[in-house]
Amino acid sequence: MTDLLSLDLAAARDALRDGKISSLELTDAYLGAMEAASDLNCYITTTPDKARVMAAAADQRLAQGDALPLDGLPLGIKDLFCTEGILTTAGSHILDGFAPTYESTVTSQLWRDGAVMLGKLNMDEFAMGSANVNSYYGPVESPWKSRDGGNARLVPGGSSGGSASAVSARLALATTGTDTGGSIRQPGSFCGIVGMKPTYGRCSRWGIVAFSSSLDQAGPLTRTVRDAAIMLRSMAGHDPKDSTSANLPAPDFEAALTGDVRGMRIGVPKEYRIDGMPAEIEALWARGIEMMRDAGAEIVDISLPHTKYALPTYYIIAPAEASSNLARYDGVRYGLRVEGETLDDMYAKTRGEGFGAEVKRRVLIGAYVLSAGYYDAYYLKAQRVRALIKRDFDEAFGSVDAILTPTAPSDAFAIGENDDDPIKMYLNDVFTVPSSLAGLPAISVPVGLSGRGLPLGLQLIGKLFDEATVFRAAGVLETAAGFSVRPAGGQ
Amino acid sequence: MAALIKGETGDWELVIGLEVHAQVVSEAKLFSSAATAFGAAPNSQVSLVDAAMPGMLPVINQECVRQAVKTGLGINAKINRLSVFDRKNYFYPDLPQGYQISQFLQPVVGEGVLTIVLPDGEKSIGIERLHLEQDAGKSLHDQHPRKSYIDLNRSGVALMEIVSRPDLRSAAEAAAYVRKLRSILRYLGTCDGNMQEGSLRCDANVSVRKPGAELGTRCEIKNLNSIRFMQMAINHEARRQIEVIEGGGKIDQQTRLYDANRDETRSMRSKEDAHDYRYFPDPDLLPLILTEDYIADIAAELPELPDAKQARFIAEYGLSEEDASQLVEERETAAYYETVAEGRDKKLAANWLLSELFGALNKVGKGLAESPVSAKFLGGLIALISDGTISGRIAKDVFAEMFEHGRDADSIVEAKGLRQVSDAGAITDLIEAVIAANQDKVVEFKSGKDKLFGFFVGQVMQQSQGKANPQLVNQVLREKLNA
Amino acid sequence: MSLDKATVSNIAHLARIKVDDDQLETMVGELNNILSWIEQLNEVDTEGVAPLASVTGHPLPLRADGIADGGYPERVLLNAPDRVADFYSVPKVVE
Ligand SMILES: [Mg+2]
Ligand SMILES: [Zn+2]
Repeated sequence: MTDLLSLDLAAARDALRDGKISSLELTDAYLGAMEAASDLNCYITTTPDKARVMAAAADQRLAQGDALPLDGLPLGIKDLFCTEGILTTAGSHILDGFAPTYESTVTSQLWRDGAVMLGKLNMDEFAMGSANVNSYYGPVESPWKSRDGGNARLVPGGSSGGSASAVSARLALATTGTDTGGSIRQPGSFCGIVGMKPTYGRCSRWGIVAFSSSLDQAGPLTRTVRDAAIMLRSMAGHDPKDSTSANLPAPDFEAALTGDVRGMRIGVPKEYRIDGMPAEIEALWARGIEMMRDAGAEIVDISLPHTKYALPTYYIIAPAEASSNLARYDGVRYGLRVEGETLDDMYAKTRGEGFGAEVKRRVLIGAYVLSAGYYDAYYLKAQRVRALIKRDFDEAFGSVDAILTPTAPSDAFAIGENDDDPIKMYLNDVFTVPSSLAGLPAISVPVGLSGRGLPLGLQLIGKLFDEATVFRAAGVLETAAGFSVRPAGGQ
Repeated sequence: MAALIKGETGDWELVIGLEVHAQVVSEAKLFSSAATAFGAAPNSQVSLVDAAMPGMLPVINQECVRQAVKTGLGINAKINRLSVFDRKNYFYPDLPQGYQISQFLQPVVGEGVLTIVLPDGEKSIGIERLHLEQDAGKSLHDQHPRKSYIDLNRSGVALMEIVSRPDLRSAAEAAAYVRKLRSILRYLGTCDGNMQEGSLRCDANVSVRKPGAELGTRCEIKNLNSIRFMQMAINHEARRQIEVIEGGGKIDQQTRLYDANRDETRSMRSKEDAHDYRYFPDPDLLPLILTEDYIADIAAELPELPDAKQARFIAEYGLSEEDASQLVEERETAAYYETVAEGRDKKLAANWLLSELFGALNKVGKGLAESPVSAKFLGGLIALISDGTISGRIAKDVFAEMFEHGRDADSIVEAKGLRQVSDAGAITDLIEAVIAANQDKVVEFKSGKDKLFGFFVGQVMQQSQGKANPQLVNQVLREKLNA
Repeated sequence: MSLDKATVSNIAHLARIKVDDDQLETMVGELNNILSWIEQLNEVDTEGVAPLASVTGHPLPLRADGIADGGYPERVLLNAPDRVADFYSVPKVVE
């Protein structure tokens, strides 16, 4: 059984095609592991029966020799993706009992390509959070343990915490996540796995519970860069049901993994050396730069002058959009309803009880920055600064092909830490938010361990729709780093 | 021009601006592919997008954009090459998203102008803008003592909101404006203008002021769904405001509802309770960019609009201004008329359509669309009158028969042998017989009782069953009696 | 700009979120912290900078007119917390 779980997505794909393993046995291995590690609280809903039916169908196709791209590969799905007939919660009380009658575009493409669904993964409520402690279904625990933290339960990062923890603990071959300001990359870094946020518009947002429409993007969390490339190819593609979906075919990202970055220009932005950044992050970054140089890339110092303003910009735009996107959760058509004397009473009670503290904070901030008299000072100002942040990147990409930065300013912390200080929590995303605001593709690759023995990732950012270069550079970084440590708390 | 209202402190001027919500003619909704037809079973024309299910996204219907641009061109307005869809945020159970997708700062159509005809001449009414937005669903408040029921069939249907400048000075002007706008919309085929079904609804912004003074505080009367109610509501609201001000009070900016049963307006919400809509660009959509070519293509397809058609009817057909104006108000009427008049006496055609056909239709409560007499058949009748086949009098009988049975004039005339007799010999025979039978009257006539001439004409026509050519009868009769 | 209790409760009403009085004070503090942190944006000179409308710069796609959706009240009403016949039902709205 352990053998089965040790196969990564690419290896499992090949083993299935070669008839060395069956999807059913692979699926059962994962279902078993999920049950054994239920303490991590990675899954909100498991779908073992559906998984076995899908696996059996895949085995049949595999036996006939007409394998689909992801045939028989068991995946976990972030509970932000609507899945037909299966409870979809967004980690929120307010979606109590909600079973969509439709399937998100991204997940339907995964099933189209033969993948097997293991269940729905825990997450920060409405994808708001960086530690996965904001779920109505309880916090997710990372399988990693700090060398000096006793037995403290660590956060997996967020908001795709269940997705990251599950990949790291081998409770899924790969998972889907969504990233609004770092929600794939930061948990990827915390859990020692690969997290890829594609270009805004690369994956359809149709059927994904919206947090911040101008920022949300789906992407994969995987064990390897190759796995991420394989997953993204199935997840991506034009969807006429999403007006912001790019009308471009999904390229064969795997083909971009040539292992050759000779002559590639890698930018290193000086503004990412922020005050108070731990020395070990700084050192990890320096090592990453060396690795890329050694592989033949040209390192170029660049400047992204508005980096510092990305977080506050994000914390205007994302809450503003969220305050509007979350207005539909009103107790009328689906989910939780708390009865009230009057309509307004019903609304206020339903939303007061249905939303958790962080969601309420952001909805209120969002409503405030859009309200009469404040719109120009906050929202419009933020959209102007956002334009400057994008301009910084545009200029930088005039002289470089990709940008290398740390993914997060720290390693994972304990569940309960930072809970009392929202801004401290927000700072987790200081390195991921700028590229989100600019819509750029970015990946986190595990590169080393912190002094406490916890994973640390580096981030590679590419030009719009140039995931190929990001994957190519990431593949080289991954090989050079040779990160192979496994969490003690895992299988 | 302004009809001033007498108050206790002198004359008051009424200032009105109208916001008209016109439902766009399209198969499917503005941002979803669900149907727009009126009167369907509850929640049966609702897509997952319209019900604002989690993760659902809007995709715009190109026909709705086209219709908005067409309408903009029809009201001589500026078409904006770049426009933006915004979210207007508020909570209401018939607004599933919790926001309406509308256009706020950058509408698809900018300033335009519409000319209305008033008893004392024409007046240009400024149009501020036209924007596209989603309609809300429908709340039913009268089905249950403690509950309201929600039907989302209308949710997401495309509306054009057309906002006038506060250029209107009386309820009658407002009515003329709505009629004219509706006429243009129907010519363009961009809105069916059906106020009963809610395809066209008005919000009236009403304020009063002393003539020449600054604009007063306005109240908005919402959802007026007939022109008559709109006029009543405006007049009522004007009187209310004058009373308040003359009583030493102040007008609060409010949204009010008109209750037609009681002929009064009442407050819906006041300023302190005013919505803060938190408009911002909808991040699910991108700016709408229109090219010059796109706009030019639509402009090239525009039909002849009522003003141009009226001018042509007057100039080319010699119709009176009043007849022409009546004929062009509805596109269908104008089209019907042109078919009737094609190659025939234009004025005669106009008379027959406006008095005979409309008179008959009115009597049975039908519209032109349900007329039993087709334009082709009415044209046939006009032709028979013009070429002397039947007299105007016989024509009325033939018309009655056509209206009753939907038959064409020729076959009725043939079957009943109603062809006018213009044979001088036959008519002379008839006249001689009548004179012979009424010798006493002939004596009276000759002794100066001129009026009896009419009696003889009547007798001859009767004998001929109305078929005798009246001009010929007159001529021969005069000869015989004066002989 | 600093928020007071009244403003926060106003926004809470605007957002239709019930905030109990005992939570209000904490909420005011948290929101003020966040807002004052956000206000570092005032340092940025944005004179003449157009607000960003779209990161990818793609045009708005238009779809053809035609009925291709709807006609499934059961799917629409399936998850309704209070369904009456084929309607959603809510506490009576008084205007
Ligand atoms: Mg309005
Ligand atoms: Zn409107």
